[in-house]
Amino acid sequence: MAAHPIVTGGLCHWFGEGEARKQALFDIDLEIEAGKLTVLVGASGSGKTTLLTLIGCLRRVQTGSVRLLGTELAGAEEGLLIACRRRLGFIFQAHNLHDSLTAMQNVRMGLDVHGRAAAENWQEAARHILTLLGLEDRLEYLPGNLSGGQKQRVAIARALVGNPDIVFADEPTAALDKASAMNAVDLLKRLGAERGTTTLMVTHDSKILDRADRIITMDDGRITGDSG
Amino acid sequence: MTAFLERLLGRVPIGWLQLSHNRMRLVAAVAGVAFANLLVLMQLGFFGALIGSVRFPYDQFNADLLISASDMNTLTDGSPLPRQRMFEALAVPGVAGATPLYFAKLDWKQPDGTIRTLDVFGVDPAARAFRNPEINARLADLSMSDIALIDRKTRNAPKGLFASIDAGQAYTFETKGRTLKVIGTFGVGGGFSADGELVVSDQTFFKLFPNRMAGAPNLVLVRLEPGAQPTRVLAGLRALLPDYDSAVRTVEEAVWRDQKFQTTQRPVGIVFGFGVIIGILVGLIIVYQVLSTDVADHMREYATFKAIGYPQRFFMSIIFEEAFILAVLGFIPGFLISLLLYFVVSKAISLPLAMTVPRALGVLGGTIIMCSISGAIATRKLARANPADLF
Ligand SMILES: Nc1ncnc2c1ncn2[C@@H]1O[C@H](COP(=O)(O)OP(=O)(O)OP(=O)(O)O)[C@@H](O)[C@H]1O
Ligand SMILES: [Mg+2]
Repeated sequence: MAAHPIVTGGLCHWFGEGEARKQALFDIDLEIEAGKLTVLVGASGSGKTTLLTLIGCLRRVQTGSVRLLGTELAGAEEGLLIACRRRLGFIFQAHNLHDSLTAMQNVRMGLDVHGRAAAENWQEAARHILTLLGLEDRLEYLPGNLSGGQKQRVAIARALVGNPDIVFADEPTAALDKASAMNAVDLLKRLGAERGTTTLMVTHDSKILDRADRIITMDDGRITGDSG
Repeated sequence: MTAFLERLLGRVPIGWLQLSHNRMRLVAAVAGVAFANLLVLMQLGFFGALIGSVRFPYDQFNADLLISASDMNTLTDGSPLPRQRMFEALAVPGVAGATPLYFAKLDWKQPDGTIRTLDVFGVDPAARAFRNPEINARLADLSMSDIALIDRKTRNAPKGLFASIDAGQAYTFETKGRTLKVIGTFGVGGGFSADGELVVSDQTFFKLFPNRMAGAPNLVLVRLEPGAQPTRVLAGLRALLPDYDSAVRTVEEAVWRDQKFQTTQRPVGIVFGFGVIIGILVGLIIVYQVLSTDVADHMREYATFKAIGYPQRFFMSIIFEEAFILAVLGFIPGFLISLLLYFVVSKAISLPLAMTVPRALGVLGGTIIMCSISGAIATRKLARANPADLF
């Protein structure tokens, strides 16, 4: 597929109803290349999370178009959105791990979603990805017994275990120490080079900005800068 | 447990892990379900015992078919019917014999001034109206005036009275201006309409109730010849007897009609039905409370799963898993405690409460359905929301 994995056109978004209705995004036109680490920066409230969640099928598109991996998301049925989400990996600011599941089980949730066949060798896959993130001796821990950084790394493992085509990350490194953050970014870049995994990340971490392939700046719901 | 459920469900048993993660909540929920089960099982136990006991007096009759007035619903209501019908019935092929049975209600005044109501059955001592050997053994004595036999399962009778009668100490009491002498006991029990039963001869019956006449019994007990086809004789009797004043039924049909009437037309049926509904409501509210708190507590995690691409039916399956576990875990103690109470209550009141397999399975199935409905309501919030709005 020659087309870019993410293409948006005239994308606008509003929050609230009636008097309180407020526009958060204005005419976003964006093309993002496959296999690259693209970073979104901008002041608080500039619309980074909103854009990320729209492209990532976590919000319904109101006006404009989002083509994700060749699929138009505007007006898409719930079933189509679910199918799209399965090709994505999400890393959120908060880890959102399930507190009753061990690290291994939490990671497995990222595999089970692809059906029984994909989950058949889940233990091997989960152990492998957790080891890559330096958690080989925390496999059977419940989140309550892990540090904030360790939890975040489990969340990253959960996002990556299903071999997503695109990874969305919203300030994923806030809870991580420098070494772990760099390790995670290296992993994402390596996946980009080896498998063509595209990463779209919101971050202000200057170390990560140095390693980004492209930096998009947002201000007040508009794209104001693009280093690409 | 976890490994078993994992194999069963083919996924991580999140519902179970979630429930067992919060022990206090699990214990409270299981106790709630157990309590609701106990309530329902006790109500059904009482109800089943009462309805079952309707059969007891019928079982005493030495009869294959019963002829009654056409307006009879239960054993002790309905008008008398002409005795002529009995003679007509005797002419039908296959009928071996028939005997009239008279009944009425009698007040039995206790030493403390309270009153028990007895159903009095008047029968011809020369005919075998009953199967009960305890009654049949005393038929000769009954033919004397003002002699009676009493049901020793009569409720709220003076302590030791029946034992002393059985020991040969006849008991006399005044009623309707006469002195009745009770010389023996028999065991029947049950019934809604009275506290117990009294058997007297037809002659004694007419003296007690002077306005009742030998020509108008309440029931005619019909016995068939060995080898006679009950359905054929029944059809013959129905064809012969006018249905404006008489109805012919097998004993089973009469019992069934009586039970149906007691369940649907009498307060007992309605009261117990209400008890069952209360039990179901209690269970529903408790389970809904537990499941909806559980869903609310895990909204972020569920939103994350939704973002990963899990469909709504995945969340439903977690909730059903929880509902099923709560239903089964709650049913076990509820069932065991009610078995114990059935035993205790059966001893205390002379009504045998018996657990039946259909009742136990029915309550278990009902609990699972009830828990699942609660669960389905609890996940509605999750169905429509944008995952992004749930974090
Ligand atoms: N659920 C919501 N309801 C109403 N308004 C919202 C909602 N989410 C975001 N907004 C508004 O939309 C605008 C963009 O918010 P967004 O979260 O996308 O910004 P951001 O760039 O991610 O900021 P931050 O760096 O603080 O995370 C803000 O003005 C915000 O107040
Ligand atoms: Mg944000």
